[in-house]
Amino acid sequence: MDKTRFGYEIINLGHGSGGVMTRELLDRIIFKIFDNPFIQEKHDGSIVTVDGEMAVSTDSFVISPIFFRGGNIGELAVNGTVNDVAMCGAIPKFLSLAFIVEEGMKIDDFVAIVKSVKAAADKSGVQVITGDTKVVERGKGDKIFINTTGFGKVHSKARISVRQIKPGDKIIINGNLAQHGMAIMSEREGLEFESTIESDTTNLNFIVEKLLDEFGHHIKIFRDPTRGGLAGVLAEIASDTASGVVIYEEKLPIEKQVLAACEILGLDPLYVANEGVFMTVVDAEVADEVVSLLKRDHKGRNAVCIGEFSADHPQKVVVYNPLGGKRMVTPMIGEQLPRIC
Amino acid sequence: MKYLNEYRDFEATKRYLEQIDKLVSKRWNIMEICGGQTHGLVKNGILDLLPDKVRMIHGPGCPVCVTPVNLIDKAIHLLEKGVIVCSFGDMVRVPGSSKSLLEAKAEGGDLRILYSPLEAVNIAKKNPEKEVVFFAVGFETTAPANALSVLHAERIGLKNYSVLVSHVLVPPAMTSILDDEFCTIDAFLGAGHVCAIMGFQEYHQLSVTYKTPIVITGFEPLDLVEGIYLAVHQLENGVYKVENQYARAVSEKGNLAAKAIISRVFEIGDREWRGIGIIPKSGYRLTEAYQNYDAELRFSMQQTTPLEPTDCIAGEILRGLKKPHECQQFGTSCHPGNPLGAPMVSSEGACAAYYHFSNSIIK
Repeated sequence: MDKTRFGYEIINLGHGSGGVMTRELLDRIIFKIFDNPFIQEKHDGSIVTVDGEMAVSTDSFVISPIFFRGGNIGELAVNGTVNDVAMCGAIPKFLSLAFIVEEGMKIDDFVAIVKSVKAAADKSGVQVITGDTKVVERGKGDKIFINTTGFGKVHSKARISVRQIKPGDKIIINGNLAQHGMAIMSEREGLEFESTIESDTTNLNFIVEKLLDEFGHHIKIFRDPTRGGLAGVLAEIASDTASGVVIYEEKLPIEKQVLAACEILGLDPLYVANEGVFMTVVDAEVADEVVSLLKRDHKGRNAVCIGEFSADHPQKVVVYNPLGGKRMVTPMIGEQLPRIC
Repeated sequence: MKYLNEYRDFEATKRYLEQIDKLVSKRWNIMEICGGQTHGLVKNGILDLLPDKVRMIHGPGCPVCVTPVNLIDKAIHLLEKGVIVCSFGDMVRVPGSSKSLLEAKAEGGDLRILYSPLEAVNIAKKNPEKEVVFFAVGFETTAPANALSVLHAERIGLKNYSVLVSHVLVPPAMTSILDDEFCTIDAFLGAGHVCAIMGFQEYHQLSVTYKTPIVITGFEPLDLVEGIYLAVHQLENGVYKVENQYARAVSEKGNLAAKAIISRVFEIGDREWRGIGIIPKSGYRLTEAYQNYDAELRFSMQQTTPLEPTDCIAGEILRGLKKPHECQQFGTSCHPGNPLGAPMVSSEGACAAYYHFSNSIIK
């Protein structure tokens, strides 16, 4: 947006004051971009009609850098929450959207992010129905933080619960691991290295809905292994069930370039953050069909069964390699730190 | 990935394991020097696949583990004085006397986690009003890059860059381990990456003096089992010599350019090893010509009296006298979330490798 149209080049404290400047920001950017009846009410909140069970999930997005190969923080803030609602076995419908902007952020960047939020929401079939914008002093934020809360209608066939998991159930993932985390890592200040790795951030709600339509109660859980990676999610689920988890290392789908980047930085791809990836646990009898349904969808083209639940080693996650060797997978402690050599 | 995938060939690895099984007639203790090798052995489950008669003993080659508490305290002291301290990643969680670098960062210290010391030189260039110190930790492997950072700072005339040096050397540590009266080691897997820099000329004398086979070994599953096979082969045939399994990266003389840079900036001196004590002539310090870049001299820091947790047996682990799970604190009061000693922090540390991957705690 050029200066003449909005009058400012950067966000300043006045834009979060609640006065005329805030109103200008809302009218000229937010309300214009999210042109829907809920927002146009310009009220303190929105009133929506829901029938039946509802899933709600909230998440805050503080990623740096805010623009990265394959997306930006705005798109991520929609997909992340939409996916969390979908992982509950629900169809996301509405989204709240709150910005905390650091004084000095370029208006052009802000507009680009708001437009990305809108585009991602449209793609997912959700409407932004309420929001908030605050501005903090320079140095008290990191350009922009976003919080979104998603509301969705629980799918009529969904029976999502870790309590449903039993030995023999199969573990399936829809796509390649570690892509998002390594895309971000490759652009982080001080670590820049040449790669063409792109974040795979995307909405997963439609593919999840398809699975529920088709397989209903045969699906025990969905999880998206974002921060903490697949290892974190597996360790968490194992500790919540009475079964153990067996993973076959050679089945784990990791793109060559991503694996090479992990090698260079000394990171274990199992612990690297994912975005367009989800894991599901299903009854063994439908596992093959689940994989083939996923494979027919662009977002599931690399789908594969990576392991199963087992009565052995309850609550532990064990990875087997083709050598017959095995290792345990424990949740990450703090951040994954690169090794010295 | 060329030169990696070939060495992750599980069929070839299996064949070596079968060969080792056929070959071994007596019980042998083999120490892998490098923490990266320990990590590879445990992560690939190789320890459980070796015959019972071949016992791997984990060596001291984890740079984070052997960096003395005193130096961590000094780095923390610098952070608290407002100095920008730059460090490799796995150093930052290691406990000092009262806290770790990461905790000092949370308290307001300007700590930067870097992959390369040259990045620290850039930070010094961008912040001329601040002092910038790189925590130069590691074995011979990281010495060339750390030395290069000093040369680079000199070339561009930086006055605000210095290094806190804690460099240690592998051969003196091997000698110290072999001289220990409780030593039971029959052969060594030499540290591949250290030898990629230094070559292996100096290992011949060591092998002859102590009548001990030394096999310079890489880090992938096939490297590791081939290295073990070569060591067992020597032991079973009653010979001892230096062999080079990692020939794709290591030559007899090493990397001459890297060695030249090291000897320009560093000279050999006595060094304290955490958990082991002072080993004569076992590390690097800056040569007289580069003492201006020595953070210890620049900030005239006092030697602190480091406090080590009394129930941590890191010293015995690092000398190969005990295995991690033989420690009473292992997995109970000591775990990666609350490490009592450094080997529980770095993924190259034997305790952390056992905690994260080992089947000994699956049972």
